[in-house]
Amino acid sequence: MSETYTAPLTFSKVKAGKGLEAALELDRAGVINEITASGLKGRGGAGFPTGVKWNLAAAAKDPVKYVVCNADEGEPGTFKDRVILTDHADLVFEGMTICAYAIGAKKGILYLRGEYTYLQDHIEGILRKRREAKLLGKNAGGKKGFEFNIEVRMGSGAYICGEETALIESLEGQRGEPRNRPPFPVNTGFLGHPTVPNNVETFAWAATIMSKGSEWFKKIGTDKSAGLKIFSVSGDCKQPGVYEFPLGITIKELLKAVGGLDAKAVQVGGASGSCVPAREFNRKIAFEDVATGGSIIVFGPQRDMLKVAENFMEFFHDESCGQCTPCREGNGKILEGIHMLQQGKCSMHYLRELCALGETMQLASKCGLGQTSPNAFLSIVKNFPDEIMGRAGAAQE
Amino acid sequence: MLTPERDQLAENITKWIDQYGGNRSALLPTLQEIQKRHGRVTEYAMQVVADKLSIHPVEVYGVITFYAFLDTKYKGRFIIRLCRTISCDMAGKSRVARQLENDLGIKFGESTADGRFTLEWANCLGLCDHGPALLVNSQVFTHVTPEKVHDIIESCRKAFGAHTLQKEEVHIA
Ligand SMILES: Cc1cc2nc3c(=O)[nH]c(=O)nc-3n(C[C@H](O)[C@H](O)[C@H](O)COP(=O)(O)O)c2cc1C
Ligand code: SF4
Repeated sequence: MSETYTAPLTFSKVKAGKGLEAALELDRAGVINEITASGLKGRGGAGFPTGVKWNLAAAAKDPVKYVVCNADEGEPGTFKDRVILTDHADLVFEGMTICAYAIGAKKGILYLRGEYTYLQDHIEGILRKRREAKLLGKNAGGKKGFEFNIEVRMGSGAYICGEETALIESLEGQRGEPRNRPPFPVNTGFLGHPTVPNNVETFAWAATIMSKGSEWFKKIGTDKSAGLKIFSVSGDCKQPGVYEFPLGITIKELLKAVGGLDAKAVQVGGASGSCVPAREFNRKIAFEDVATGGSIIVFGPQRDMLKVAENFMEFFHDESCGQCTPCREGNGKILEGIHMLQQGKCSMHYLRELCALGETMQLASKCGLGQTSPNAFLSIVKNFPDEIMGRAGAAQE
Repeated sequence: MLTPERDQLAENITKWIDQYGGNRSALLPTLQEIQKRHGRVTEYAMQVVADKLSIHPVEVYGVITFYAFLDTKYKGRFIIRLCRTISCDMAGKSRVARQLENDLGIKFGESTADGRFTLEWANCLGLCDHGPALLVNSQVFTHVTPEKVHDIIESCRKAFGAHTLQKEEVHIA
């Protein structure tokens, strides 16, 4: 399978080992300061400042701590972690090692989704080489007294296990049902110990920042969204694939680069993100405007947006862990409503009720899945009302 | 199930649980090993795992039913999982789906009578730039067209002939 890139990713220009070397020359606070100064925010979607997260875990008093790499990449339209793990797994492990040094962890776990089992041997091979090169194990990277090991654990086909507390439950041998937060994993994580969960890409950037300096990273992007971001672009465009852009790029600029300028809408941030109509293509992709974990799905002029909403709701209905009522029942109700709309059998009154239900789910669901699953439906109702109401049902066609 | 096979399974389970740390955290990787070698997790296997971890077998059952890639019921030697999520959908997964059903003579969610194939839907496989995409067990197929479906199935049939005698892949009831 060939990968498509705009240009080689910055990751391919980073000298292996340089970031770790630089980190091990600093003390732990020095590493955290550097990551904090870079302005790096989590690349998995939520955008929590990475330096702050590491600092919280470093400050937690516990001799046992964990670093967890979230490679459960399940958000529809996201595949950049697959590419990063295929081409730059070494850099990801370097980032995990830097984090372990900074927070004082001895053990790291990479949680790889079951769908990526075909990457497991490749990843284990790279880990083996790192162990042989003494970049892992006792006195890792030549630093006396610093011990760190990494293990790969596989998922088994559950999107919800990408949510950090569900992931930890899964690692503990439980059903992948999200926990209440707080307590957050930085305090009470894997087996009750402080744990830093970060996305694959976040770790790769952390290693890159230690290698190239926080100043370099901070200068790119916007004030609130520093640095470069890897995008997974798919759908109705000429060149789908993996792209690297500075955060703050407008949707229009991005569409131009991927050959998708005739789009009528773009789904930014996957099924749980937002559906942006063409008239808003001047908006920026950044944490302060349209946020994304990297998924960009382009909808061409001929796409039926109600069908898009149906596909997303089928996904959430299937992947809800079923633990809390708003999400378990709500996704099914909205999906049912979409079927009614498709048959031209939904009154305006009922559509309003469905939208109110969606808003309740956003407020009352326990985790990010239920809090965001109605987003796409709500924005499609708002932005494409004429595509949705008064449709001819199957019987009349 | 024959006694020697049961003993072998129990021995393997003990080995896996130890290998993955010997506590509850070893549960998922152990179940994954059982699934990989034996095609499903039988009640007997659940009981052995539960005994070794000192938990109730219902706990084990609860975990298995949560995860899409763990099964208590027997499935085909080749599990074909076609991605149904948006990008593969827009790339034409429906026609591939129909061809798979036609060529295998089963519907999604079913297995062929000879026990070779199971056909299932998958949610986003992370191959959105190469759709329509499907997995056969853990192997990836991208840019699948209705025409290519036949070749994919044939390559499985050939592999099946060559591999049936491999001990670790024998299914035990
Ligand atoms: C339903 C759901 C699914 C998620 N899936 C993923 C995922 O596949 N990969 C990921 O890195 N983060 C995922 N997250 C976000 C994680 O909970 C967590 O915020 C992230 O791993 C933290 O890493 P970061 O700060 O580096 O982004 C998901 C969140 C939710 C609510
Ligand atoms: S919001 Fe959905 S996925 Fe999250 S805990 Fe509730 S039921 Fe589970």
